[in-house]
Amino acid sequence: MTDHVLSYMVFCPLVGMFVVLVLPRERHELIRWVSALATVPPLILGVWLYANFDTTTTAMQFVERAAWIPAFNIEYFVGVDGLSVSMLLLTALLSFLCIFASWGIDKGVKGYFALFLLLDTGMTGVFVALDFVLFYVFWEVMLLPMYFLIGIWGGPRKEYAAIKFFLYTLLGSVLMLVAILALYFYTEPNTFDMTRLMDRSRLYSTAPLAMWPFNLWGWGFQHVVWMALFVGFAIKIPAFPFHTWLPDAHVEAPTAISVILAGILLKMGTYGILRINYPMLPAATADLAFYFLAALGAWNIVYGGLCAMAQTDMKKLVAYSSVSHMGYVMLGMAAFNSQGINGAVLQMFNHGTITAMLFLLVGVIYDRAHHREINGFGGLAGIMPVYAGFTALAFFASMGLPGLSGFVSEVLILLGAWPRYHVLTIVAALGIVITAGYMLWMMQRVYLGPPNEKYRSLPEINGREIFTLFPLGVIVVVVGVYPRVVLDLLQASLDNINLMVVTHLS
Amino acid sequence: MELGNLASIELFHPEIVLAGTVILLTVLDLVVANKRILAYVGLAGCVLAADAAVDLYGAPSALLFHGMVALDNFSLFFKVLTLAALVAAIWMSIGSGEVRQVHLGEYYIVLLTCGLGMFFMASANNLLMAYLGLELVSLTSYILTGMLPHDRRSAEAALKYLIYGGVASGAMIYGMSWVFGMAGSLDYAAINAAMSQTDGNHTGLFIAFVFILAGFGYKMAFAPFHMWSPDVYQGAPTPFTGFLSVASNAAGAAILIRFFYPAVSTLGQEGVWTFQAFPAIQWTDLLVALSIVTTTWGNLSALNQRNVKRLLAYSGIAHAGYVMMGLVVLNNDGLNAMLFYVVVYLIMNLGAFLVVMVMANATGREDMDAYRGLAYRGAAFPAVCMALFLFSLTGLPPLAGFIGKLLLFAAIIEGQFYVLAVAALINTVVSLYYYVRVVKTMFLEEPGPDDGPVAATASATPLLGLLAVLTLVLGVYWGPLLDYTTASLDFFMK
Repeated sequence: MTDHVLSYMVFCPLVGMFVVLVLPRERHELIRWVSALATVPPLILGVWLYANFDTTTTAMQFVERAAWIPAFNIEYFVGVDGLSVSMLLLTALLSFLCIFASWGIDKGVKGYFALFLLLDTGMTGVFVALDFVLFYVFWEVMLLPMYFLIGIWGGPRKEYAAIKFFLYTLLGSVLMLVAILALYFYTEPNTFDMTRLMDRSRLYSTAPLAMWPFNLWGWGFQHVVWMALFVGFAIKIPAFPFHTWLPDAHVEAPTAISVILAGILLKMGTYGILRINYPMLPAATADLAFYFLAALGAWNIVYGGLCAMAQTDMKKLVAYSSVSHMGYVMLGMAAFNSQGINGAVLQMFNHGTITAMLFLLVGVIYDRAHHREINGFGGLAGIMPVYAGFTALAFFASMGLPGLSGFVSEVLILLGAWPRYHVLTIVAALGIVITAGYMLWMMQRVYLGPPNEKYRSLPEINGREIFTLFPLGVIVVVVGVYPRVVLDLLQASLDNINLMVVTHLS
Repeated sequence: MELGNLASIELFHPEIVLAGTVILLTVLDLVVANKRILAYVGLAGCVLAADAAVDLYGAPSALLFHGMVALDNFSLFFKVLTLAALVAAIWMSIGSGEVRQVHLGEYYIVLLTCGLGMFFMASANNLLMAYLGLELVSLTSYILTGMLPHDRRSAEAALKYLIYGGVASGAMIYGMSWVFGMAGSLDYAAINAAMSQTDGNHTGLFIAFVFILAGFGYKMAFAPFHMWSPDVYQGAPTPFTGFLSVASNAAGAAILIRFFYPAVSTLGQEGVWTFQAFPAIQWTDLLVALSIVTTTWGNLSALNQRNVKRLLAYSGIAHAGYVMMGLVVLNNDGLNAMLFYVVVYLIMNLGAFLVVMVMANATGREDMDAYRGLAYRGAAFPAVCMALFLFSLTGLPPLAGFIGKLLLFAAIIEGQFYVLAVAALINTVVSLYYYVRVVKTMFLEEPGPDDGPVAATASATPLLGLLAVLTLVLGVYWGPLLDYTTASLDFFMK
């Protein structure tokens, strides 16, 4: 049982999908419960994994490997370290909660939940895969269900949003595929085993290529591969200028899918950079981190924040706030010290929980009022006090109020970044003010002030919605007060990844 | 081992069985009243021929009929592939509303003859034999394209096909005459030997080979010789279009490989080939340019198509370009990727045409609007299958098309053709747009008031399911197929 714990986590939702597919399509309630049931074992196993995870080692744990296509040395190879286990827990939790956030879907229920479970398998797989082909397959498996989930169950401009998401991500993926193949063929014996490719990181040439335009920039093989991977991941993060799919996709997607998008899919970008670019291409990482991670991250923070401030749609505001908050992750991991990189991954975890809350909260109000115009509400705090309480918690966490989780990670990132990048750190710190600006302004317009008569009879948040919000709220508070519950998991692995790059810093 | 006429006969079973079936069908057509029986006789003939081909597989290579025809795993691989496409095409024809209008006896006879021509294309070891095989396929294709009675599109397509084909084979045979003049023989081995000695007129050889390439390229629908393809795809009966799209592509790939490898290049160390006798002429660059132009042209033209058959025609042009990329690489991995791609393309493209046929049967239409909200019109199964095939054509995992592209890209990158790799991957993204447009129409759009329910033909459903399952399974576990394609290249790996 414990030998295959990761495989169970990955394929349990897939089994659920097949069960859902054979159920009769009218049995909506049954389909929902089966789907919920399929996401429970990964959650339980995730808790078990958390309890049994060895936080002192940097090695991969719970490893499983089996030959898949021997002719190409392709294996079924999964395992976790501190970096992936935190994301894995986040995925298991959010997938479970999002099933309940999807309870209100009543069009094409069977298709929705089947696709959702397929998506769940893809996401979980990405975080545990240690074979490049397996990683790529899981990465792409997420695309198809996401396209349909946005495209069929989305809002008015769903078709445009879905195809835009699809095209952007596929462009990133094929670049990644080329990089994977380049790494595969570069060293003998050819392998897709990510851990072995990491061990060979010193073999990838950094000598400038003769080819234009790389000769102008002094880029070697390692830099070009780094860039191909980076563009693939930057689209997912999403880093400026590849972020434009995100507001469309978020706004049109149904609530639960927005939660998954912001909570998990965005993390895959930064996860990929830390899992692949850092350990496999450390010299290129050291050379390129300033422009493409630190500076771009700071720009993301400010640009995303200012865009968020200009929005009149609540969901779009939250979407742009994601652009801004993911900028902190990029800045933090470019700091190349323990605070920075640990802060960055903690920020990934925190952003996953906080943004999930924000999207769920927007979804609650959208279900009732059927619009999300910030200026169309007012005084909701008096009408729905419990709801307003949850909202305040999420808003303050997002702003980085001390005592809540967002604060810890942002402080760690800024502390880490300061020694290397003075100016960028100041810019990033200004971003916190911008965040406070748009969050408080939205708070004031939507929740405070005189109640809007039109919405005086809005029903209070119901039990199911509280059920989806409460665990996230608890995590936000607990991590805010005692961040070591997450940091302990991360530290050994991340310090090790950081160390690989630090030796290449000039 | 070169065999004489009589000794060759016993190694010629697949051709004999198929030719025998054609004769049997001709006779049966005269005596049988229920023409549906002909389809089943044809099916049986194909299965028997395939059995004969599988029996011969793995036997030592030989040159039959004084070196005219090669018998090796490579040709048997393409024979089995052609037979698989024939079986699928006949199966589709049984349920096709279009085919019901034509004279069934002639239809099946000509269809099987077309398959026989592909056998010769795949196994020709002599330029004359290659030409005859190609012409046999072309002539039968013209007839099959124009077979729909009282259909102006079908007639127009056949005429266009005939004129283009005539010009292309004229150019090709002209090129061959140059080769004969310079090499003194039409036999591939003799051409190879002659060219390695000639140190004189490379320009003459270049001109000759460009003409020959034009003839082959026409068969595979390479740009700029592809103009016939969209009209023919649209005009021909759908089962034949499906057959033509995959089998013609495969046979074209076979004839190209055979011509460019044993005849024009030499095998060096570790499966790396070099084109010989052309020190001044960069064949590789020419082929790289041709494949990039073909793929890009096909994909860009497909973007705005409203007719699904035309869309698939342009997509077929793009895929012909992908297949050719494997040829460019000049190593056995590239050839292996080509063969693998051809198999995978056969499965997914036939599947797509099968859905087109189901739709044409139910609605009589082929334009994209007819597919609106297909998933909600009682045809969820064909719609889901179509989505699988189209995503597989795009090259998304975990579908078979992805593995085809993976192997192809791997060969390209291993050969360090980075420009080609970038062009191929950008094309992949472009192609997603038009494939997804069909998927969008089927799933994301609601059916309109005029869009009635669609019922899949009873005979189509099992084949559809089989092709869909193959698309999925080969996307996850492709090892055995890869072993098979590798074994089929034995002849070249000597």
